[in-house]
Amino acid sequence: MIEAILIGALAGVAAGMLGIGGGALFVPALVIFMDLGHVEAEATSLLAIVPVAIVGAWRQQSYGNLRVRDGLLVGALAIPGAIGGVALVNVLPERTVQLGFAGFLLFVAYKLVRNALAPERPV
Amino acid sequence: MIAAMSAPASAGAIDGPDGARRVALLAVIGTAAGVFSGLFGVGGGTVIVPLLIVWLAYGEREATGTSLLAIVLIAAVAAGTQGAYGNVDIEKGVLVGVPAIGGVLAGTWLQQRVPAKAVSLLFAAVLVATAVSLVLR
Repeated sequence: MIEAILIGALAGVAAGMLGIGGGALFVPALVIFMDLGHVEAEATSLLAIVPVAIVGAWRQQSYGNLRVRDGLLVGALAIPGAIGGVALVNVLPERTVQLGFAGFLLFVAYKLVRNALAPERPV
Repeated sequence: MIAAMSAPASAGAIDGPDGARRVALLAVIGTAAGVFSGLFGVGGGTVIVPLLIVWLAYGEREATGTSLLAIVLIAAVAAGTQGAYGNVDIEKGVLVGVPAIGGVLAGTWLQQRVPAKAVSLLFAAVLVATAVSLVLR
């Protein structure tokens, strides 16, 4: 449980620095340290992301790094995809979802390394 | 828009703030982020941030800030949908989410002051290790 709390804090730092929700760390923390099934962990991660993203967006607004209209537009236009993704994850076998999630983490890691090593666009 | 001052080469300047092409690009970004969010239980920022930079000429920090606002809506809808399936564990969500609020305050503060390259590489290493441990379970 203490591990999950520490990983939660780390996920928040990553969220603030990289503009992500933190789910890439919330989900494995909930599976490995909080004994949730993979789909329950994903669902719970989504709940945890909401306040993190609200606080992160509020801070970035005060730093002058927020384009409100575009952010709201992307979020609103994402709704059908998000509902479809959740519906799909609830009919797939759990192990398939978990392996897909591991593949997603490797994809993100690859992109982070590629961007960090590209001199013109360090993310 | 505040952003227009720091990013004069943004797509808004090319195509107008309400250009159909621009809205279409935002729709593609949103749809991809939404599907990733629903499938993987994440916010979708790994899709949103690079695409805002590459397609709409966003600066790095602007992209991460705007991504977080989009994620508020995306994660709220996805969490609500998962809640309808009965999959959300509120207590455990609070347990990881509350420390993360402190983390995001630190992360956004740090982002204004340090280069994110080292953090990106460290985070990548953590993700690879995590992926391996999930596959081996």
